[in-house]
Parts: sequence; C-alpha cells; structure tokens
Amino acid sequence: MARKDITDKYPPEMENLLLILIEIQERNAEHYISEEDMAWVAEYLNTTLSSVYGVVKYYSMLSTRPRGRHIARVCRSPVCTMMQEKPEILFENLQDLLEISEGEVTADGQFSIEKVECLGQCEKAPAMMINEEVYGHLDQQKLAEIIGKLRRSIVP
Amino acid sequence: MNAKEYRIALKNVGRIDPADLDQYEAVGGIATLRRSLQAEPEKLIEELTRANLRGRGGAGYSAGLKERYASESAGSGSGLRYIVCNADEGEPGTFKDRVIMENDPHLLIEGIIIAAYAIGAGRGFIYIRGEYYQSIERVKTALQSCYERGYLGKNILGSDFSLDLSVKLGAGSYLCGEELTLLESLEGKRGYPRIKPPFPAEHGLWGAPTLVNNVETFAHIPYIIDKGAPHYLTIGTKGSPGTKIFTLSGDINRPGYCETEMGITLRELIEHFGQGMKDGKNFKAALLGGAAGTFVDETVLDTPMTYDSLKKKGAVLGSGAVMVLAEGRSVYDMTVSILEFFRHESCGKCVPCRVGTQLLTDMIAEAGLTKASARQEILGRMVDEARFMAATSLCPLGQSPIMSLESLARYFSKDF
Repeated sequence: MARKDITDKYPPEMENLLLILIEIQERNAEHYISEEDMAWVAEYLNTTLSSVYGVVKYYSMLSTRPRGRHIARVCRSPVCTMMQEKPEILFENLQDLLEISEGEVTADGQFSIEKVECLGQCEKAPAMMINEEVYGHLDQQKLAEIIGKLRRSIVP
Repeated sequence: MNAKEYRIALKNVGRIDPADLDQYEAVGGIATLRRSLQAEPEKLIEELTRANLRGRGGAGYSAGLKERYASESAGSGSGLRYIVCNADEGEPGTFKDRVIMENDPHLLIEGIIIAAYAIGAGRGFIYIRGEYYQSIERVKTALQSCYERGYLGKNILGSDFSLDLSVKLGAGSYLCGEELTLLESLEGKRGYPRIKPPFPAEHGLWGAPTLVNNVETFAHIPYIIDKGAPHYLTIGTKGSPGTKIFTLSGDINRPGYCETEMGITLRELIEHFGQGMKDGKNFKAALLGGAAGTFVDETVLDTPMTYDSLKKKGAVLGSGAVMVLAEGRSVYDMTVSILEFFRHESCGKCVPCRVGTQLLTDMIAEAGLTKASARQEILGRMVDEARFMAATSLCPLGQSPIMSLESLARYFSKDF
C-alpha cells in the first residue's frame, strides 16, 4: 500500500501520528519506517522531520531498521524470567535456532528477534509473541517446534 | 469467607460472544446507559462518589471525585472536555484489562459512555497498548456496533448528548501507562511525563479538562449506576468497596485471573484460586502490584487485600498483580529483573531517574559479586538512592524502585 493511501485514511492531525506510523510499519514487509516514510508523514502532518523521528525513536515497537517478516518478541518480565530454567535461556535458544542476535535479520529475511517488556501473558509464562500470535508455557523443545512449523509454512 | 468469585467487571466473561452486541444486550447490557441518559449528570457523579469506587489502575483514587473535578473544571475555557480510557496495560504481572477487552468490550464502552455523559465529554479515546492485538480488534468491532445502533455518535439514543469515541494505540512504552504521559502520547508526542499538578481533570488533553480512568474502573460504572451505591457498599470492605480482579502468576498450580470481593487474603487467593503452591512447595514470597509493587512474606498471607490494610504492612495492592515465589526462588534475582526493567523504561527526562535507574542496576550487580557481609551496606545505599529518586522524579517510574527495595529490606534482607 502506498504511503499516500495510508495517510489519506487519517485526518492530518498530530494525534494520528502514531496510528499512521504503526500502519506504515505493518504494511511494510520488512516492518520498519524509512526516512522517506518519516519525511512523507512530517509533510502530511505539517510538522518537522525531527519531531516524527523523535516519536519513532521513542516507541520500542517502531523501528528505523528493516526487520524480518516474522518478529519474535520474547517477554523478559520478572515472571517470564523466573519461569525459565535460567534467565534469558529462551532468548539464547532462539538465537541459536535462527542463528541471529538481537536486532539482526536472518539471511532469508524471514525472522528477527527482540526482547520486550511484560507482554501481559503472565498466566502462560514464559511467553513470547510472533507477529500477532501469542505462545506460552515455552521451553526449548516448544520453541524449536514453533520455529520449525513457521519455517515450513514459508513458501520460497 | 471471601474465597469465592464475585463478578462485576467480568460478569459476562465466557457467557457471551464478545463480538455480538445483541448478546450483550440480551444479558442486560445497554439498559443502564438508556436509564443514565434520562438522569441528571450530577446524580450519576453523586452515585459514583457515594459508592466510593476507587481507581482500579493501581492508585486507588476516588473515581467519583475525579469525575466531579473533570465536570466542574473550566479548563482553558474552550468548553471542550475529553474522556480517556487507559488500556495501556504494561505493569509486569498484570493482564486484567486484557481479559475485559477480549471478553466483554461492550461493557467497557458502556461504562465510558455513561461517564462521558456524566462529565459532559464530547470526545473520547481508548488508548490500548500496541501488543494487545486481540483487544484492539475486539474493542474496534464493539465500537463499530455501538455506532451502528446509535449508542455512540450524534444524539445518542435521541438525547442531546453526543460522543465520538475511538481507539488509539500505544507502541511499546511502559511509561505511557502513566496518565499524563499517556495524554502526551495521545497528542502525538514522545511519551515524556508532565509536571503535576495540574492533574488531567483540570488540564488534560490539549489543555482541556479530561477524565482518565483504567479499563477495570470503567467496567464497574454500569453496575454501580444500575444497582446503586448502597448495594455496592455492601461488597468488599468499608474502605475499599466492590470487587477486584487479581492476576496470579508464578509458582502456583493454576495461574490465571479471578474477580473477588476486596478483602480476600493472599492465602485464599493462592490456595483457592491458584489451587495451591506448585509441586507442593512452601510459599516464600509474593510480589504484589507488579514491578512498581512490593514484596511480602508469609506474615502477610492473612492480611486482607485492600488498599489500606496492605499499606500498614508496607505493601500495595496496585494493579492486582500477584506473582508467587516458592521456596528456593531468589528475591534478589527477581529484584535484578525489576531494576533492569526500570532502567530500560526510564524515559530520561528527569536526571535522578535516568541516572538512578542505571546506578541501581550497577549496585545490585555489585552486591551479587560481593561477600555476604558487605551486601547489607549496599542494600542500604540502594534504598537511600531509590528514596532520593522518589523525592526528585516527576513521574511514578522514578518513584517506583523504592517500593520493591524498601519491601525487600523489610521482609527479605536475609535473602539479599
């Protein structure tokens, strides 16, 4: 979807800035907001590029760098941390499975991984989200199954 | 005696299809809205104030008084008033608002419309955290149904009252759950806290009087208006009437949520709703109210869970989050995790918080490497630092690390 089609959906008011940025990012297969996007939005809202950039950099769900088609967000809340065998072990497992570190994208462009604050899925701790899907009661084996299943669903 | 469910905010959960307004109306939904629109707004505020509904987001402030201030404040004189639902649920261990939004979004919306009518707000927002995809979808669907039926929009149900209500999204900032920061975010800015006072009721969105309430708080309003304050006051305890949703997690057999009368004890929550400690282990600690909450030990197991009785034990009820730790768990480790969280979420506006949250994570790491006899001295310094932060930071984030640290020093200094 072109930038214009997205901005046209919202009245040109600053209160719509976050909604516009979130939608631009969602519609981009690489889930990020480019400098051209920010310049476009700034002009549409009659504000400065720096104020748009400032907002993008503030909110942790927004990214200025390309990400994978699938974004795995691993919860590192006190509960999810405690309910793992040892702190951050699931994130390490995920790094090993995908052969990437935090902030990186797999070579095929399919995955990136992030540590996030409490996802509000504490009854299923330890939990993570991949895109809009929540996965709970995680362990190493379950992680491998989830990633394996997602990989098989990807049409090359 | 309280160990049974008493559902007000969750009364329709599992009973109706959350996407179907017909089903909500079939169980009595919207009837209170119809009646409210016939009443004097002042009467509604009075009823709520008498019911002594206290803000369920964690602060426990009188929801009725907040409405009164918002309705009486002249603001900047534009005559506009706003209503905002804080659905930016991010307190670790808390997921009660998600349960309401996913299962009964119409109840939330009905509560907001009644409150908006009471204070004379013409426009409102439900600010939902960006990660709550299912909540966002369900609330949006419910809003659309309400517009189609004429429960939102111009001249609601043929009255003179009009309200435009829409969803706005957060994008991964814990701090935006703080009401003034949330307003900054709604205005399209970085989530930096404002100096308060003035409070939102006086100077809120775009300078206009604004009522900001938590999801759970709004979900109580139709019930209170329907049944009346005298009835509501018979539920719960004298100082904390009504019910509360608790979200249980950690070392228990059945983590999840429950809604009970205020005044239930921690022991009842764990044994009855959590179905006991996992693997038959002994209880060691609970973290009440999330990262911005407090640790308690077994001496608090039989204290009624209310705002005031917990306070006497140096603890808080907060959002209703209850994280349970069994014997063998380390309160030190959990504190590391809490302090790391605050370091990450500090916005950096206030120097004491920006520097202090970093210092605290450094100090607790240092304590971990130090011989046991020297740790108490470090803990003492950490409490001092956190107290200084609490006194000099603008918003609740910088004021929060003292909560866990002071309670740790009180109940678990041996564990440090």
